[in-house]
Amino acid sequence: MKGGIGRNLYLAFCVAVFIFLIAPILVVVPLSFNAEPYFTFTEGMLRLDPDAWSLRWYRSVAEDIEWRRALVNSIVIGVCATALATVLGTLAALGLANPAMYGRSLVMTLLISPMVTPVIVSAAGMFFFYSSLGLAQTHVGLILAHAALGTPFVVITVTATLAGFDRNLMRVAASLGAGPWRSFWRVQFPLIAPGVISGALFAFATSFDEVVTVLFMGGLEQRTIPRQMWAGIREQISPAILAVATLLIAFALFFMLTVEWLRRRSARAAEA
Amino acid sequence: MNPEPAHVEFDGVSKSYDGVTEIVRDLNLAVREGEFLTLLGPSGSGKTTCLMMLAGFETPTSGTVLIGGRAVDDVPPRRRGIGVVFQNYALFPHMTVGRNLSFPLEVRNLRQADIRERVQRALRLVRLEGFEDRRPDALSGGQQQRVAIARALVFEPSLVLMDEPLGALDRRLREEMQYEIRRIHRTLGVTIVYVTHDQQEAMAMSDRVAVFNGGRIQQVAPPETLYEEPERVFVATFIGDNNLLHGRVLGVEQDICTVDTGNDVVSAFLVAPRKVGDAVTLTIRPERVALAPTPGTFSNEFEAPIEDIAFLGDHLRVRLAVCGSADFAIKIPNTVGHGAVLKGDHVRIGWTPTDCRALTPDEEIA
Repeated sequence: MKGGIGRNLYLAFCVAVFIFLIAPILVVVPLSFNAEPYFTFTEGMLRLDPDAWSLRWYRSVAEDIEWRRALVNSIVIGVCATALATVLGTLAALGLANPAMYGRSLVMTLLISPMVTPVIVSAAGMFFFYSSLGLAQTHVGLILAHAALGTPFVVITVTATLAGFDRNLMRVAASLGAGPWRSFWRVQFPLIAPGVISGALFAFATSFDEVVTVLFMGGLEQRTIPRQMWAGIREQISPAILAVATLLIAFALFFMLTVEWLRRRSARAAEA
Repeated sequence: MNPEPAHVEFDGVSKSYDGVTEIVRDLNLAVREGEFLTLLGPSGSGKTTCLMMLAGFETPTSGTVLIGGRAVDDVPPRRRGIGVVFQNYALFPHMTVGRNLSFPLEVRNLRQADIRERVQRALRLVRLEGFEDRRPDALSGGQQQRVAIARALVFEPSLVLMDEPLGALDRRLREEMQYEIRRIHRTLGVTIVYVTHDQQEAMAMSDRVAVFNGGRIQQVAPPETLYEEPERVFVATFIGDNNLLHGRVLGVEQDICTVDTGNDVVSAFLVAPRKVGDAVTLTIRPERVALAPTPGTFSNEFEAPIEDIAFLGDHLRVRLAVCGSADFAIKIPNTVGHGAVLKGDHVRIGWTPTDCRALTPDEEIA
């Protein structure tokens, strides 16, 4: 016999923690297939009666003009903000990786600060600043705001990949006659790509999940999915939110698997 | 002076990163066309910094680097056309061997057929035919270094720099690669500037060796000269084994001086311009000291107790206390059987003045 009472208690505790963490998320999934407009399991659902289950909330989301606009907004803002954050974050990380750069840690801290500043603070600050520039309640404004929030993730992941990058490779490329542009695209970028991509995914997820900045900065035209869910909960209690939530969970799962796959790939590359 | 211009020239080059400590100090060095020149020195002696300045990765704080008689201060590394080999190989890990080799040729916009032909030739040169589709991580360390060497040669540079290229290999492979690099050097006739801290490697491979210490060149000479005629105490001890004796000059007669080492008087070959009363350091190779010579053979003959004997296979290393040195070593070839001398024996030793070089102490050379 291995373990004993102590070990069993320990395992039970671990399982309880997992249930506590996961259950509120997982319970949303079956509820989203509810045939009735309730947020609870109906008797029919518990009996596994096929009639008690339906895709009606998914259909209503797909047909609803507001949800569709929210999806388009989320994707447009997310993609643009991610592109911006990825380019800026990668460039910043490349510069910060140069040991000759002056004041590296200060610049690094400044770049990372949006991650640690409470979002409500930066959102409020951005709102007043962007308002005076006429950027509040515009797509451009929201894209810039989300890019600022996403850049730190790119800086961190690219910096981490650069730590394992052999700087001699760039010297060799130069000695072989390649200019900086060619050296970057042919040698450096393929090797740091896993870091760039996972940073981009984090930046996209940040924008895709973000609600506080959108509440401040976005008008009706800039409603994203989280903002629409917020409205859905407050204004029209409809299980359509659960359908959207399930889709978001599926997206998050896919996203995490991709990041993990990239991490393993770059770990393997670093070993070689 | 040599009328033909040097291929590479360092003209009064200094390098400092912080403006205080000079990594390289007032360096003057000329490398001849087709020469195999090694920069040898302990780590931190400035030899790699010199190589990096030559490649263009570092900029001299003062002085000029000339290649083919032209100052290259404003020429970026990619326009210098120099092949560089690093200790860690620095192969592009995401490219096959073939792509690694074709990289410098594609940069130069050569035709595909031309590229293929040159890649094949380079692979033949390093004896890696048929490896072009392998990835670097599928190769052994020695094979990776061959690829790195082939890549540095494939675009036919006239100058190749190697920074401790064999440092990561085990001893057997290192000796094999030393031979390979020498063969390639002879075949192609390129100029090679080679950096190493391994004095045996430097001796085995080079036409000339520049010995570095503390950012300065101590001596530049062919390996034999460095061993037989060191001009600095550092060189005498860094290249091979040497005994050091310290004393003051008692008298000078032509090339030979007599030196008081405290309790004994030694006559030595005066290398440095020293006068009576000056401090000198004497160097004598352990293998040039004769054990139990016929009395009167040498002008330097002393009696001393044997402090210790170490058996090293092909020779015995005997440690004596003599002429003010508690650690005077002599080497006895293992031909007579090693029972000949025992610890505690009083033995007579001797050497000729010409094998004993009187040098200026290193402390007096700023």
